[in-house]
Amino acid sequence: MRKSKLLMIIGALLLLGLFFLPLWNITLEAPQYPDAIGMDIYIDRFEDAHPNDIKNINIMNHYVGMEDIPETIPEFSIFPKVILGMAILGVLFGLTGKRKLYAAWFVIMIILGSIGMYDFYQWEYDYGHNLKETAAIKFTTPDGEPMAYQPPLIGSKMILNFKAISMPRLGAYLMFLGMGLSLVAFRQDKKENQHDEVPKSDAKRQPAVV
Amino acid sequence: MKRKFKLITGALVVISLLAFVRCQSTSEGGALGGTAAQKVYVAPGEHDEFYALVSGGFSGQLAVYGLPSGRLFRVVPVFSVDAEKAYGFNEETKPMLNTSHGFIPWDDAHHPDISQTNGELDGRWVFINGNNTPRIARISLSTFETEEIIELPNSAGNHSSSFVTENTEYVVAGTRFSVPVPQQDISIDEYKGKFKGAMSFIKVDQETGHMDLSFQIMMPGFNYDLAHPGRGKSHGWMFFSTYNTEEANSLLEVNASQNDKDFIAAINWKKAEELIAAGEFTTMPSEYAHNVYDESTHSATSTIKKEVRVIDPSKHPGLVYFLPTPKSPHGCDVDPTGEYIIGSGKLAAALTAHSFTNMLDAIENKKFDGEAYGIPILNYDDVVAGVVQQAGLGPLHTEFDGKGNAYTTFFISSEVVKWKLGTWEVLDRQPTYYSVGHLMIPGGNSRKPFGKYVLAMNKITKDRYLPTGPELTQSAQLYDITGDKMELLLDFPTIGEPHYAAGIPADLIKPRQTKIYKLEENNHPFVARSEKDTKVVREGNEVHIYMTTIRSHFAPDNIEGIKVGDKVYFHVTNLEQDYDVPHGISMIGAQTSELLIMPGQTETFIWYPKKVGVWPFYCTDFCSALHQEMQGYVRVSPKGSNLPLKWTLDGE
Repeated sequence: MRKSKLLMIIGALLLLGLFFLPLWNITLEAPQYPDAIGMDIYIDRFEDAHPNDIKNINIMNHYVGMEDIPETIPEFSIFPKVILGMAILGVLFGLTGKRKLYAAWFVIMIILGSIGMYDFYQWEYDYGHNLKETAAIKFTTPDGEPMAYQPPLIGSKMILNFKAISMPRLGAYLMFLGMGLSLVAFRQDKKENQHDEVPKSDAKRQPAVV
Repeated sequence: MKRKFKLITGALVVISLLAFVRCQSTSEGGALGGTAAQKVYVAPGEHDEFYALVSGGFSGQLAVYGLPSGRLFRVVPVFSVDAEKAYGFNEETKPMLNTSHGFIPWDDAHHPDISQTNGELDGRWVFINGNNTPRIARISLSTFETEEIIELPNSAGNHSSSFVTENTEYVVAGTRFSVPVPQQDISIDEYKGKFKGAMSFIKVDQETGHMDLSFQIMMPGFNYDLAHPGRGKSHGWMFFSTYNTEEANSLLEVNASQNDKDFIAAINWKKAEELIAAGEFTTMPSEYAHNVYDESTHSATSTIKKEVRVIDPSKHPGLVYFLPTPKSPHGCDVDPTGEYIIGSGKLAAALTAHSFTNMLDAIENKKFDGEAYGIPILNYDDVVAGVVQQAGLGPLHTEFDGKGNAYTTFFISSEVVKWKLGTWEVLDRQPTYYSVGHLMIPGGNSRKPFGKYVLAMNKITKDRYLPTGPELTQSAQLYDITGDKMELLLDFPTIGEPHYAAGIPADLIKPRQTKIYKLEENNHPFVARSEKDTKVVREGNEVHIYMTTIRSHFAPDNIEGIKVGDKVYFHVTNLEQDYDVPHGISMIGAQTSELLIMPGQTETFIWYPKKVGVWPFYCTDFCSALHQEMQGYVRVSPKGSNLPLKWTLDGE
């Protein structure tokens, strides 16, 4: 098998890591939590970073009127299908050996990824802004607006006494690597084809090489 | 002139030499470096290097300190009730203090000893003896809770206890007071011959730590004062010091101080095991309590046991030997190699070191000097290895640093004396303030001492601290023993009487810590694992409230339908699963203590409502920002009221 094909297929298969590795993580740090508390986000579930973390996040957050982190969200039934679909698609594209399809796969991934990030942002926004009227503690910003508790999309941010850190995890990094491999496959395929074409256009090509 | 010059030069040389020696000794005063203050300073947020588990003596408890800082972290309730922690007050722990004499709310806790594997501290459990109503307790070093207490029959003044053998095969307990065995209505004057001293060997289950009184060796009616196990070469033997070999039963301060030598009793417990296996024992009817706390049900149960296996040493040659030891020996300590058994004749100025090798030789060659109640007495000169002469006044206890040195306390002269094993020479002495009893080097009575500090425990403090009326604190004093000379670093007050202590590197304990109890593993019969499981159930005049706590409310928090004359059980489960988030609860007029419930735990108290009205309860442990809001009400109606039971949280 040509190297480019192989790279494309491996790249697509790397998405499958998301079925058992976390995609994202949100961690909360505060002095009275020497072991930071956090949750790992998989494509199909939220999971405690350490036992009982989600329960303890909910207990803290209920004072300011935040809803509990839900047991499940609609996305958890959609994400696995999309990921599986894209992995299969990527493998099929790889088998065709057409580099335009590799590029297409990359672009679809970028589009789907952006939709995913936007969806995640929406969820975070809602989680941080949808506060119960009966909240025991109501903080306001310096300009008098009700304070929101939205975690950062990526990076870190102080929320009252907590430093909230939101970062991709191994599953996401494998996905990025897979996407990167599809680009490498694209270039590799170009190179391989160039090589094939060399005998024909040797003279023309020569100066470009120099 | 020349001669005079020579003399002057000579004198100068001597002076400068002296100065040199002085300088040297100062610079060698502890390899730790720095001032005493620096050596004991543990910066905020930093941890101490050692745990010191210090008995509370007549407080009946065990205190947990850090060394070198001397900071107190926790008082573990063991033999005495503790209202703060509901120990002995809640329904779950009341059985822990049950005995054949009924519920006993107090005892005198003396000698903590940490479990060992291969003669080294392993950090699983610490055992401690209750003196007054003879008992041995086992405390988990994962939860720092008392998990088990076993009563000892035929014993009285359980003092030569609780010492573990090299692999924690047994925890051993000897009687200080001999008593009629079995107990009977006889004249006290019939003491001689009729009174016996029971040495108890309690088998320890290596998985669970559960204790089982395996057998007792019924010794002559002496007073058995202290004990330590053989280790290394002497593993399989247990050594007990004795006094009152005169067998006096009145004015012992005079009548028990007449013999020039009493004994150290050497018991071959491996031999005793063989006798038990061969059926060479008698089974004696008896009555003693065995109380076990189950971490899964968060509850203790008490069982009364009915018999004990007894071995008569006079009928079994080779089981026990007596080693003559001067002047009512108190401490009986075995060095890390297991070769030397140190007897501290408390009415003498000298220490006696017996040699285990000599002892075996004397036994083999029958170098006996008579017998007592059928037990051979070995010839003193044949077993003694050395004597530390004129070391001080009133020697009590010895511990070892693992570098060939021993440290002995002297009660009368209030000092710790460092001396060398083998040469028996005194190397250093430092005063204590005042009247030191035991001393402790972490692992100092094991095969592997951690010879960095010695902790001396004092009975009297007089002018050492701010005065607090007639009753003053007792104290512990920490010395750096890494140099040639001991250096006093710290002097700190203690709870009760700091009778004895066991020290252990923190690294052997910290990884074992239980942080929370898992709710799903809570098998308490009255658990409510979630707010959905909360309820109130009436059975005649008994009412059971299945209640939960979580930051920051009780569920239910409004209860109606309770009547005067009811017996109301509050079974409260803490639903928290986060480290260091206990909740408390107390009810107005409840004739008991608060509850202090750890995450995932269930505890119960009983309330007898006596007055009609609406009565509040609240959380007693500052748990959260809305702790003050964590409260509830119980409506109490008159006797015979028909108001049905009703329980709600937020109207639901």
